[in-house]
Amino acid sequence: MKEIFEILEQNARATPEQISTMVDKPVSEVKKTIKQAEKDGTILKYKAIINWPKLEEEDIWALIEVRITPQRGVGFDAIAERIYQFPEVYSAYLVSGTYDLSILVRGKNMQEISSFVAEKLAPLEQVQSTVTHFLLKRYKEYGETFNVPKETNRRLPITP
Amino acid sequence: MSNTRPTSAEALDNLISQKVATLPPSGIRKFFDLLSSIEDVISLGIGEPDFVTPWHIREAGIYSLEKGYTMYTSNSGMPGLRQELARYLELHYGVTYHPEHEILITAGSSEGLDLVLRAIINPGDEVIIPDPCYVAYPADITLAGGMPIPVPTNEKNNFVVRATDIEARVTKKTKAILVGYPANPTGAVMSKKEADAIAELSKKHDLLIISDEIYARLIYGVEHICFPSLPGMKKRTILISGFSKSHAMTGWRIGYVAADRRFIQALTKIHQYTLLCAPTMTQMAAIEALKSGEPDVESMVQEYNRRRRFMVNRLNKIGLPCFEPKGAFFAFPSIKATGMNSEEFAEKLLLEEKVAVVPGTAFGSCGEGFVRCCYATSLPNIEEALRRMDRFLRKSNLRPK
Ligand SMILES: Cc1ncc(COP(=O)(O)O)c(C=O)c1O
Repeated sequence: MKEIFEILEQNARATPEQISTMVDKPVSEVKKTIKQAEKDGTILKYKAIINWPKLEEEDIWALIEVRITPQRGVGFDAIAERIYQFPEVYSAYLVSGTYDLSILVRGKNMQEISSFVAEKLAPLEQVQSTVTHFLLKRYKEYGETFNVPKETNRRLPITP
Repeated sequence: MSNTRPTSAEALDNLISQKVATLPPSGIRKFFDLLSSIEDVISLGIGEPDFVTPWHIREAGIYSLEKGYTMYTSNSGMPGLRQELARYLELHYGVTYHPEHEILITAGSSEGLDLVLRAIINPGDEVIIPDPCYVAYPADITLAGGMPIPVPTNEKNNFVVRATDIEARVTKKTKAILVGYPANPTGAVMSKKEADAIAELSKKHDLLIISDEIYARLIYGVEHICFPSLPGMKKRTILISGFSKSHAMTGWRIGYVAADRRFIQALTKIHQYTLLCAPTMTQMAAIEALKSGEPDVESMVQEYNRRRRFMVNRLNKIGLPCFEPKGAFFAFPSIKATGMNSEEFAEKLLLEEKVAVVPGTAFGSCGEGFVRCCYATSLPNIEEALRRMDRFLRKSNLRPK
């Protein structure tokens, strides 16, 4: 079961037939597991990791540290939801340490991101402060490295 | 000054020892030359992991250089490495070796094999080996002055040497039985029952067992039988292994021999004059591999296992019957139904479809009718290679009826 998801996490395009031989389970069982997982939200979505910098069309990204005041009864969750619902927010995490939420924001340009912070994020009542870090370069995401020439042929073609 | 050196090829040959001049070149080498002239080949002919050494191990190697560990170590290897190794062997195989006296760190298991053979063989001594087997076994025995005695194996005995077949070849000159399971090129593993029978035989005829267990960690769904762990076998078994396959460290050149003290002393004598010590940087990386490399081994094995199932399944489907290899990273399908011999098959497949496999005959005459396909390459590569092989069989109307 878990192995099916591990394979899909590495390669979302692996077919049930391929997976079935890899894990040595009937195709029908693999198909059923995947269907079920898609239904119950174990598999959220299938996406491609695009190397945007390669297309020289990179959006502007910012990592924002947000300090918030938790609310009685709902803790951080209610305010976190108010924040992550904004489409500009790409990822959002509750973190331990000197601030509370770490959010990754994506915009077309710096203007777009600063107005998101100034007009939408900072004015929220429970938001105490924000620190915005613009990303200068992305090296690695989801375990994949960007802009590193893949040296695939380090090995000799035939060895004993 | 006149040049009095002989110039003809024949005369030059006199400068090379008889032993080396008559040593047949590796069957793999021949293929290598053919292959280098062709582009875009998918190679299933590689005998090493496609994974790069895990980063924390590489980092330990870098750290050792940074800190200036650039000197010789003790001949037998760094004490810390031998201790970790003793712990590792105890943990995985339940066999206890004294790190001071019973372990020697070598530059790859290749060096270990050479040392062992040179240390035990008197001229004319016979060493029994499986056929087919790893290319270095017969060559190293010959170089050490011994006689390799191949014992045929086939699909019927799952490519594992049988005690009865070995016994039929035991003579007064037999010194040792050299086994290597999981096996290159077949992927065969030895069961407890077969190992027990060989152990009994070795006691009966007072023979040494040389056990090359380099692929011990690459094993799928069965338990590895570590020869020295069998009752009463530690004192007559020489265990050879290393990190090349388990930790994807082929280029580092690091391995080890574990055996009774009197053997280690003998091996160390040769090692101290020939190698002095295994590379220091590499030894430090190996310590890291033993200390915290377990998750890497496990995830590589899991990945190999997926590819193994995939390749074996597809080989059988396209009409190249293949017994289930339960170890190493090789499948050894039969190509007999195509009517070609192994070399013809491999050569045609390479020229027509640009897929490289190794003819079984490179590993001994019993490899005839088989080819070695390595699945230590990416799944897309395996898929594409098998698609081409399928096309090759269909095109030439070679598909077995
Ligand atoms: C069966 C077997 N033994 C030994 C070796 C050599 O390994 P090392 O890199 O430790 O010298 C190989 C390498 O292909 C092998 O297949």
